[in-house]
Amino acid sequence: MKEAILRVKNLCVDFHLDNRIIPAVDGVSFSLAKGETLGLVGESGCGKSVTALTIMRLLQMPPAKIRNGEIYFKGQNLLNMTDEEMRQIRGKNIAMIFQEPMTSLNPVFTIGRQISEVLIQHQNMPKKDALEKSIEMLKLVRIPEPEKVVKQYPHQLSGGMRQRVMIAAALACEPEIIIADEPTTALDVTVEAQILGLINELKSRINSSIIMISHDLGIVAEVSDRVAVMYAGRIVEYGDVHSVFTSPKHPYTKGLLEAIPDINMNRSKRLKEIRGVVPFPDEIKEGCRFKTRCDYVHEKCLAEEPPFIQVGNNQVRCWNYLSQ
Amino acid sequence: MLKYIVKRLILMIPVLLLMTLVVFSIFYFAPGDPVSRIAGPNVTEEVYKSIQKKYGLDQPFVVQYLRFLKSVAEGDLGISILQDRPVLEMIKERLPVTLQIGLLGFAITFAIAIPAGVAAAVKKNTAVDYLCMTGSLLGIAVPTFWLGMLLLYVFAYKLRWFPISGDGSFKQLVLPGFAIGLTNAAITARMVRSSMLEVLKQDYVRTARSKGLLEKTVVYRHALKNALIPVITLMGLRLGWILGGSVALEIIFSIPGIGRLMVDAILSRDFPVVQGSMLVLTSSIILANILADILYAIVDPRIRYG
Repeated sequence: MKEAILRVKNLCVDFHLDNRIIPAVDGVSFSLAKGETLGLVGESGCGKSVTALTIMRLLQMPPAKIRNGEIYFKGQNLLNMTDEEMRQIRGKNIAMIFQEPMTSLNPVFTIGRQISEVLIQHQNMPKKDALEKSIEMLKLVRIPEPEKVVKQYPHQLSGGMRQRVMIAAALACEPEIIIADEPTTALDVTVEAQILGLINELKSRINSSIIMISHDLGIVAEVSDRVAVMYAGRIVEYGDVHSVFTSPKHPYTKGLLEAIPDINMNRSKRLKEIRGVVPFPDEIKEGCRFKTRCDYVHEKCLAEEPPFIQVGNNQVRCWNYLSQ
Repeated sequence: MLKYIVKRLILMIPVLLLMTLVVFSIFYFAPGDPVSRIAGPNVTEEVYKSIQKKYGLDQPFVVQYLRFLKSVAEGDLGISILQDRPVLEMIKERLPVTLQIGLLGFAITFAIAIPAGVAAAVKKNTAVDYLCMTGSLLGIAVPTFWLGMLLLYVFAYKLRWFPISGDGSFKQLVLPGFAIGLTNAAITARMVRSSMLEVLKQDYVRTARSKGLLEKTVVYRHALKNALIPVITLMGLRLGWILGGSVALEIIFSIPGIGRLMVDAILSRDFPVVQGSMLVLTSSIILANILADILYAIVDPRIRYG
């Protein structure tokens, strides 16, 4: 196993609302090796984005509060750093690509400025050089006529183009880790494929690691080396991409995979779905978090939460595998 | 853009026409006779008629109005009935000091409102926020003329830092400038605060932070530039208000500005002066709004005028 560049240990993040505390992320641990892509999957509201924002230390606190956990980046705990130390890491060592390209760029600044400001901030580049490098970055993300685009404003570009700009800005300082939070969710399917291809290509070019967050298993399967499946604030299954997708163990992972429509499937048959919705993490006080929606639930699941159990190459939080 | 400005300037004409018509009508139909004011009570019919004729007051309404429009179009605002001097000359004398007070007040408004509003938004629900917002509430509640008198009492009468009445120096502008600035800053600071709070929630502010930019760059560049867009509209409206509304202050501080000129003219039924100063004030209010719209397009690249 290659050296881990990022190690998240028992991360717990609560949201303090008016009259309740919601543990949005509860005991999440994973590691990211150099050059590796880790997929983080799960339905909306299971804690993927909160995990990502916590690593970047961009969560609004309050209402969020980190209850427990450590996040080691090259041996240093990010959660113990001062704001100033963390600021110097953001954008330079760890960069993030957001879900909404339509709103994630500042409408009143030119594209050129929004890319070059990262270089000016972190590499002390003179304005002129930074702008030249920005044009180069735009070429790299295959934006046609980059010399013209640097002078344009976000509203003059399409969604796909804006996401390319976001990627160009995120990669400008060749960060060691890129966190991509649903980078293609807001885009057309054809554009999605291009953007994914681009992220993969650039990743190997600058040899960085990626945390790819998505609710779309197809995307994760395509780009990841390892996968962590999250449910209601916890990782429920964790393993390499091949074994998770070919032999899923957790009933939730199985359900997610069965819910993908297949072009060859029998059209008269109803597509399988996971019944119900993701519960708020504070609604399940005891037992397995998936118990309300699981087809294989039994007595033990209701009373006690399962620990990680090694099954083949995967780690699974499910009592059904204890006997094996 | 140039086309747009020209279009807006042309659109000023109907507004100004309507304004002159209203003012003209009021003076024509309102009771009171400027001629007897000039001539005094004991006047012969002959003299009365000749004065009436001199000012064209013997003509019917439509003729008087059209004559007036014609001379305005030629750049002649008529002759003051009371002082027997060209109105244009009188306005030229009075306008600069009003503009100076207005612009100084405007500068003070910005210098106070932006830092206070931003600080209140960034430190929302802290002592800083409460302090700024309480101060702003006070500023809104206090009438400008009262604030003017207070400033005059403390800084001119007690401390003697500034002249009590207008002496033609720059110093005379400072206190009325502050009276305008503080009142306007109060409203503007609230606007900056709420606008900033809205902008700070936006995705692009998070993006700016994710790039590791300095917090002051995030707040004062990325957020503030967006937050100022609605503030500019308010400022355009206030600028007109400042120029037109400085009458009370000019009286309190004994400064011979255009506001006072107009009020004196109204009281003495010096119709050409009223009409002329109204024309100047209305034009400056419209121009201020055009200026705001131009600034709008400069700050926000999404706005393009065709």
